Formats: sequence, C-alpha cells, structure tokens
Amino acid sequence: MPRHEVVSPIPGVFYRRPDPDSPPFAEDGGPVSDDSPIGLVEVMKSFHHITAGATGTIVEFLVDNEDEVDAGQPVAVVETP
Amino acid sequence: MTGATTIEVRKPGLSTTVQDGGRSGYYHLGIPPSGALDQYSLACANALVANPPDAAVLEIVYMGPELAFTGPATVAVAGAAIAPKVNGDERPVWESFDVAEGDVLSFDYLKAGARAYLAVSGGLDTPVKLGSRSTYALGALGGVEGRPLAEGDVLPVGADRGSGSARAGLVVPPELRPVLAKEVEVRVVMGLYDHRLTDRGRATFLDTEWTLTPVADRIGFRYTGGQLETVDREPPFGAGQDPSNIVDSPYPIGSIQVPGGVEPIVLHRDAVSGGGYMMVATVLSGDLDVVAQSAPRTRTRFVEVDLDTALGLRAERKDRLARLHAALDG
Repeated sequence: MPRHEVVSPIPGVFYRRPDPDSPPFAEDGGPVSDDSPIGLVEVMKSFHHITAGATGTIVEFLVDNEDEVDAGQPVAVVETP
Repeated sequence: MTGATTIEVRKPGLSTTVQDGGRSGYYHLGIPPSGALDQYSLACANALVANPPDAAVLEIVYMGPELAFTGPATVAVAGAAIAPKVNGDERPVWESFDVAEGDVLSFDYLKAGARAYLAVSGGLDTPVKLGSRSTYALGALGGVEGRPLAEGDVLPVGADRGSGSARAGLVVPPELRPVLAKEVEVRVVMGLYDHRLTDRGRATFLDTEWTLTPVADRIGFRYTGGQLETVDREPPFGAGQDPSNIVDSPYPIGSIQVPGGVEPIVLHRDAVSGGGYMMVATVLSGDLDVVAQSAPRTRTRFVEVDLDTALGLRAERKDRLARLHAALDG
C-alpha cells in the first residue's frame, strides 16, 4: 500500500496532543482523513496544526512528543489504501 | 478596468508582515525600529525589482502566504530558501519574475534560512506611520492595521514604478547571496555589562555552541546551551536580587541579555527599549541578518571582535551593497 509522509511545514516543537489533559490527535494504527490534525507545532508562541494530508491509517510517528522538528521534516507516515 | 495592482491575501502564512528599512528615531520613546530583520536580503529583493533599497515588502517567516494579484507586476524573493510558485509552477529565489492579472503566488516548504522577502515593483503602499510602513505588531503600529497579514487583506501596490526598469530575469549573483547554514557564527562586541561575568562566565559565553530555541521572533531570539558564572555582589539600589539584574538601562538592538545567566536572548528590531537584565555583548548590525536567518536548532557561536574590526566589517558590508547595486542596476 502507498505510504504518505506527513511533513511539518514549519520548524518548532511537535506535540501529539491539543493540550496536556487531552488524548492525542491520532494514535498509531488509527484512521486519519486528509484534513485530520495529527499534531501541533509550536513556534514563536503560536501553535500550528499539522494535518494528515491523506486518508488512511497512521503507520508510525517519526518523532516523539515535544521533539523539536525542522521545516520539511517528516513527522508521521500514513498508509493509504 | 485599469487601476493600480493590488494583492489579495488568500492565506496569510505563519506571521507575514509588511516591513521596510525601518522606523528610526523613536526608540527613545519605546518604539523600536522594526523593519526587515534581514536588511541585506531586503535590499536584494528590492534591487531585483528596481525599487529603492528600503521600499516596503512582505517578510515571510517559515511558511509562505498565498497571494492573488489583480494586475501585472514584477516580483522577487530573497533571503530564506523558500521557493515561490506562480499558479503552482516553481520560480527561483534571488531572481525577478513577472506575475499577471489573476496569478496566484504561493510558496514551497522552507529549505534553509528562516525569513524571505517578497518585493513587488512599485513597493507595497500600505499607510506610512511615523515615517515607515513597517509592522510593529507588539505596538499595533504600521503595516496592515498594525498586525501580521490575515486572510482577506488587500495590499495596495505603489503606483510609482520609479524608473520603470523592473524586468524579469534579474539575478543576484551567487557570490553576493548570504550563506544559509545550520551552524553559524555571530560576531559581537563585548559589553556593556560583561563585567558582571567572571572570566569563566565570559569564556563560557564565547566557547559554548548555543542552540536557537523555538522562542525566536521579531522581538528576540533565545538560545540554550550553558550557564554563565557571574561575579558575586551586593545588588546596587534599583537592581533586583538575581545576579543578572542591573539598574534599568536602555537595550540596544542586537544586545544580548542573559536572564539568570542562562539562555541568552539576542534582541532584534521589534525589541523593548530597556530593562533590568545584564547585556553581556551586542551583535554587529550586519550580523543581525545572520540571526534573522536562523531557524530553531541553529547552532550558534558568538565570536568576539573589537570595535575597529566591527567598523571594518561595516565598511565591507557597505561595499557589498554597492556591488549588489552595480550588479543589478548596471
């Protein structure tokens, strides 16, 4: 099945959850659609949603919660049907 | 229908602002210079479209906007490696190109650097506030209503096309482009408060490879990587108890304050004008461009130079700008 890499368009700190008390946006093995948020990147005190960009299943996250990421860095892999 | 070209903001990008050469003369009143953080790339973008060097442009940080043009214009992007696209077709950075009525300009991912400058022939014609079009968002001054671009904004383009010589295909020669790296050296003149550091603290400041944190915006750039040892003292009247506190003092643009002796902050062109943290050094004006092009995680060394060297480097920078204009205006 084709694999789609979800890329952070901006550099910053990657978060799996919308806030510390909420469940993650998406789980490994969980379904996502094109515009589902899968995480947040924080930079310059603002938060930017990272959307899946494809419909399918999340195979894996390539970075951990609160890792710093670069612009253009893949953060997750989505398997599309 | 004729009329001046305008630019419609379809997507604003992360924090896209109108900036020009800056608003000098009001810092003593607490209003910072603002303007393009990378002044050299501003000059490059403007030179590519035959604008005056300090004409108003868009400063794009990390992620580009999507813009629709209501009429023709010659445009150019300089600074960070973030490729522009006209109706989806990629165009080079550091080179002027034409857009036609109805064209949509968007941007690819950032590949290197942090801030790009989009110049439009004629310049952006947002209102002048205190002598500048630059956006100072903290003070809600300049630009578009004193804030970063928002979806639906309409940017007027200056009707004054200057000499009218803007044309597509002008290129900044590679040797006149800044190097965009993930490891940089930023030259500083030590002072005025480095006497607050022990010899070891001073050495730590200059020997540490600092890493830029995501706390990096137009106001200041915060670095992590070491702890500076300070000289023991009785706090003077007016200074706080923390060893990094001083009696309040003006903050120069480019000054490096180190609250608590950890995480140095380089103040940039939207800085607050004063406060009570020791400033151990000041970045050379020209090297503020290097800071401006640093994305989070950029590894940075602060390199001490003396004042004579700093003035020599300022002359070199002036010469480089002269060569840029000779290359593009000729």
